Amino acid sequence: MMRFLRRSYTALIFAFLYLPIFILIVFSFNDSKSRAAWGGFTLRWYEELFSNSAILDAVYNTLTIAVLSAVLATIIGTLAAFAMHKDMRQWEKKIVMNLTYLPILNPDIVTGISLMLLFIFVKMNLGLGSLLLAHTIFNVPYVILTVLPKLKQFDQSLYEAALDLGASPSYAFRKIVLPEILPGIVTGALFAFTLSIDDFVISFFTTGSGVNNLSILIYSMARRGIHPTINALSTLLFLVVLVLLLAVNRRVTGEKKQKHA
Amino acid sequence: MERRWLVYPYHIWMLLFTVVPLALIFYFAFTVKGTYAFTLENIQQAASPVYLKVLWHSVWLAAVSTFACFIIGYPMAMILATCRVKYRNMLVVITIIPMWMNFLLRTYAWMTLLEKKGLINTVLSFFNIAPLQLLYTDGAVLLGMVYNFLPFMILPIYSVLMKMDRSLLEAAGDLGADAWTSFRRVTFPLSLPGVYAGMLMVFMPAVTTFVISRLLGGGQYMLIGNVIEQQFLAIGDWNFGSALSVLMMILIIISMGLLSRYNKNGNGGMLL
Repeated sequence: MMRFLRRSYTALIFAFLYLPIFILIVFSFNDSKSRAAWGGFTLRWYEELFSNSAILDAVYNTLTIAVLSAVLATIIGTLAAFAMHKDMRQWEKKIVMNLTYLPILNPDIVTGISLMLLFIFVKMNLGLGSLLLAHTIFNVPYVILTVLPKLKQFDQSLYEAALDLGASPSYAFRKIVLPEILPGIVTGALFAFTLSIDDFVISFFTTGSGVNNLSILIYSMARRGIHPTINALSTLLFLVVLVLLLAVNRRVTGEKKQKHA
Repeated sequence: MERRWLVYPYHIWMLLFTVVPLALIFYFAFTVKGTYAFTLENIQQAASPVYLKVLWHSVWLAAVSTFACFIIGYPMAMILATCRVKYRNMLVVITIIPMWMNFLLRTYAWMTLLEKKGLINTVLSFFNIAPLQLLYTDGAVLLGMVYNFLPFMILPIYSVLMKMDRSLLEAAGDLGADAWTSFRRVTFPLSLPGVYAGMLMVFMPAVTTFVISRLLGGGQYMLIGNVIEQQFLAIGDWNFGSALSVLMMILIIISMGLLSRYNKNGNGGMLL
């Protein structure tokens, strides 16, 4: 009886989470503009999607900004994590940690308008540049928070042993420190990448007119009403997310298995 | 102290991109438009009944959706935490996947379901029920919040439950507690930190959203997020927009304070 209850509850929750997405996917193949009646199978919304230059531009912007901001944030965040780990007094560390957490705790809308005010205040042109800077800014804390624990786990004596055995500091860093903390850096980079792709609110406030990423484009399309091309877009994005997530999951469980072995 | 120089660039980075932007919000909130003159007028205007009502409505909706997420999410977190190890990872991944789908598309999905000629109304019409106004209502906004933020409630509770020492439950059983008593006296109190974390993670985005309210509530629907967005992007009154943001931040700090106070009380209760 308990088992039956548990199973039906799980099914109910999963239905609630997935049914809307599933229906979106089904209707992306619907050869009728109606959202309720089935008019036969078609791929025309996908064709429309791939011939719509605004959407393709937005995809291009989204990916470029995600890659660049992830790379920049990973470099800055990793360096910052090193600095925070090594060279800070206790009180200094406390302030710096709190300030690092602040953008994560702050609602997106506050981060968005505060950055917009900053950019306008220094008379920066709003557009791809400001978008990239904004994404890098909100990604840095996440990289720091994934790299820092790895640094704390790292046994400093290994590094010192390498130095005692005649390794130069940079050699010891590359051969001893980096391989140990690399998983943290990679996780941070992936995190930054996905956050950047998914962000809407901060982008919305820090972009200029005419420069869209996917989220902004979807918002402006959805505001005007419903259109099957958005369904087609959702389907493709959902598939991409699914594949990425399964790959990451495999990577993580693979790591776990390696550790157990 | 060999790499001391590494610290300063990050100090400057934080100063420029965390401290200064927030300071700008406060600066604009307390100055007269276009000048450097100090004023309280923006704050007074933001605290006028019209906007307090909007603020209250936002808090109310966010609170209701947080509570709904808690009621719906807690059993799910328990199921995840107690199911067989074989299935657990898979079930957790299934719970997470929708969270990775673009937030706007998840909200958009409900637009197509709820609209006048949408799927739900079509299904209802088969039972000869006249089309209901589902979209552009409080209910639609609530639904959108619960749908989008439910995983944020499930996951923290799940991770706290996973860390719980199972032998405590056995001990409770040995001491004669039935399932309900050991849940009420052991499991639930121990899971409270997860509940508070979940509540924070649902309440915060819910109370500041302007997307869900705009798409599912309609163009006339106003939450505090919508008003702020409008001030900045449509009307261009940064001073008043900043004042509203300051008010919203104060509200969030108060609610976070309240929540963490309850949290401490909860821990205190547990110690007794």
